Amino acid sequence: MPIWIARDYVRCSGCRKCEIVCSLKHEGRIWPEASRIRIFMYVPGLEVPHLCTQCVDYPCVNSCPFKALSIDENTGAVRVDKEKCTGCGKCIEACPGAVPFIHPRDGYAVICDLCGGDPECVKVCEEVGYNALILVKLEKPRLDFDILKKGYARKPIDVTKDLSILLYGEEVV
Amino acid sequence: MVYGYNGRLLEVDLSTSSVKEVELNEDTLRMYIGGRGLATKILWDRFGRRWDSIDPLGEENLLLLLTGPLTGYYPGARICVSGKSPQSNGVIGSTVSSEFPVELRCAGYDGIVVTGRAEKPVYISIFNDEVDIRDASVIWGKRGRETLAYLVKDWVDRYGWRPGRGLLKEPGVLYIGPAGEKMVRTAVVMSKWTHAAGYGGYGAVMGSKNLKAIVAKGTNPLPEVKDIAETERLIREVWKTHLGFNNLRYRGTSAGFLSVAAATSSEPVRNWQEEWHDRIEASTAYYEARLWVKRFWGDFGCAITCLKIACIRSGRFRGCITDNPDYEMQAYLGSNLGIFDPDSVVYICSQADELGLCGIQTGNVLGFAAELYEKGILDESDIGFPLRWGDTEAFAKLMHMIAYRDGIGDILAEGTYRAAKIISSKKGVDALRYAVQVKGVAVGAHGIRSGLDYTMETSYACSTQAGDHTSVANIPLRSGRVDLRESGALFADSAVLCAFNSFSVEGELVFRLLDSVTGFGITMDDWYNVYVPRILSIQRALLLIGGPDAYWEPIKDDDNPPRFYEPLPSGFKAKAVVDRGKFENLRREYFESLGWDERGIPRLDTLVKLGLMDVADELKRRGLLG
Ligand code: SF4
Ligand code: SF4
Ligand code: SF4
Repeated sequence: MPIWIARDYVRCSGCRKCEIVCSLKHEGRIWPEASRIRIFMYVPGLEVPHLCTQCVDYPCVNSCPFKALSIDENTGAVRVDKEKCTGCGKCIEACPGAVPFIHPRDGYAVICDLCGGDPECVKVCEEVGYNALILVKLEKPRLDFDILKKGYARKPIDVTKDLSILLYGEEVV
Repeated sequence: MVYGYNGRLLEVDLSTSSVKEVELNEDTLRMYIGGRGLATKILWDRFGRRWDSIDPLGEENLLLLLTGPLTGYYPGARICVSGKSPQSNGVIGSTVSSEFPVELRCAGYDGIVVTGRAEKPVYISIFNDEVDIRDASVIWGKRGRETLAYLVKDWVDRYGWRPGRGLLKEPGVLYIGPAGEKMVRTAVVMSKWTHAAGYGGYGAVMGSKNLKAIVAKGTNPLPEVKDIAETERLIREVWKTHLGFNNLRYRGTSAGFLSVAAATSSEPVRNWQEEWHDRIEASTAYYEARLWVKRFWGDFGCAITCLKIACIRSGRFRGCITDNPDYEMQAYLGSNLGIFDPDSVVYICSQADELGLCGIQTGNVLGFAAELYEKGILDESDIGFPLRWGDTEAFAKLMHMIAYRDGIGDILAEGTYRAAKIISSKKGVDALRYAVQVKGVAVGAHGIRSGLDYTMETSYACSTQAGDHTSVANIPLRSGRVDLRESGALFADSAVLCAFNSFSVEGELVFRLLDSVTGFGITMDDWYNVYVPRILSIQRALLLIGGPDAYWEPIKDDDNPPRFYEPLPSGFKAKAVVDRGKFENLRREYFESLGWDERGIPRLDTLVKLGLMDVADELKRRGLLG
């Protein structure tokens, strides 16, 4: 069953628990720059959760010269084959939101794996009552959703500018 | 390796533009933990015998920025700023919430020691083990928001996008505003527009070093811990407990603006002439409906998120942004100045943030000046304009003059205690009568006369951090929680975490987390029996040695501001006053509980037991210890 993580930027408190639990799960350490979800805060108060949105056309997957990326049939997540990934960075260029990044120590591309269908980040965000991340479950793929989701593959700086207008009434970036 | 630490500090000498790493040995970490404890130890070791000759604003003083083993692990990351304080002339550990300490720890350092003074304005840039001292002339003189915007943009332009490697998050930044540059003694070290390490005046110390900012980015994980599974389990337990704190979570401390006055009668009103009001426009209801654009705002790991972002989006103060404001800011820049209107309070608080001024210390000195104006000790020719209670524009103008040391602002920039002494000698009056401060530090916005707040008669008078409301000398020493009483605050400031995240849970839980991170096996008993007296005895010794421009006398200066011996004039606690006899008994009891004599001098047997023979020798040499 495909899932998706919707985000409500205004509700993000900047608590970064999502970074904590994601890196604990995937790295066994608290490691903000290796978390699959990262909170960008170019401007105080304008925290932007940045993570993969599973684009309908998966430009990252198609861009990989080494076939290191594939689509998880179950969840729709982008899977990274660490053995095949050379860390060339092509997927980063291909992603409209510059979401993937090269692991700071191990040199392979890092992309959210949706925790195999049970996202830790969403659970913690919900548990502490901020609800900035919302799990969307689909019975079957839906074209309208696929199109909509792609709008979230945005660079954090662009989201920051929009949020600034929403919250502060002007661009303070 | 020592679990929970990187085991090294970065030392930057600005006089010679040199950088080195200092190893931290396990014994020192075990005995002093980090943050305030470690700062006390470092300052004692480096300056001990010549403490009184160290000018807090001179080249020799150290600026210490120290994390602790729980920073980033315990929910609510903070960093402890310290050095010789230009307010108390002792050691104050002053913490500020920020992602800066997490970045610093992920860069591989537990803290930074800054020595010397740069010839020209500079900032320090840390990117893992790449450390640069960079020119800050373009941002020297700039206010907070502009300073931060420049530093983040400059960094992001250089490192934020690495071709082939992707985006990096922005760095953590600590900075000062114009007030710090002008060495205003009420200047703070700022982060994230509105967060400040307030007590101590370390913004002035940074300014004295020509240091505008420190920018840090680390791409490594937090230091390895003893037991990561247990650590995660305990972190989650803390988060869960925090969910029960709805008042703090939903309204932050700003609920206090009305309740601390109307319900506990302990809020400063017009320079503490009163501690009660029932102004309904001070209610949080007016802030949340009109000003809060973000309800929950927190720092790394925090589940309390007591901060809320207030932004004025229309009217004459359009564009002003601050947090909440939190209670202390509302009280000191609001009721203490007779200002109650929400927009005005947000405006004046945002100005303090922008100038890099402490809302408490500056609000206190503004209220002090206004009372002198009311009493006719200062007049229009001294100030340049009338200074009437409730006049937002006048207070904002005077605050600006303090930040830039213009006119009478130059005197008020010395803080309430020193300003009172200057004005006393100029005007031939006793202005100290109206100075609501203890040992150079204006007291926090929690009065002691009504007896209904968490503070008590000894809270400020006996604290090693003087007027600091986040480290109050309360007895009993133990409360079962890591809270704001000095013995608990010392833990929060040394393990370096946000006390608002710790006072809300069982103390045992906090100590279990310390153990799962460090494996030191320090129990709560150890903490209260050994650590508290050890660190506080050194802090107390340095406070009493003081100098070179301010010295404190045991007992005489371990006292409350004269105002607290005047009965409250209004409210449901009218006539309440501090009873001197009761206070003196409590003071003796407090000192005794730490193993100090009746004058608050650490006793010889206490020092011997704690292994502090060098402190004993120094106190003897100075005739403080018989
Ligand atoms: S856990 Fe939720 S509220 Fe906290 S930073 Fe992540 S997205 Fe924001
Ligand atoms: S958001 Fe980026 S990483 Fe995720 S599927 Fe789209 S292109 Fe790939
Ligand atoms: S779903 Fe899992 S992998 Fe993806 S960002 Fe959240 S915690 Fe990380």
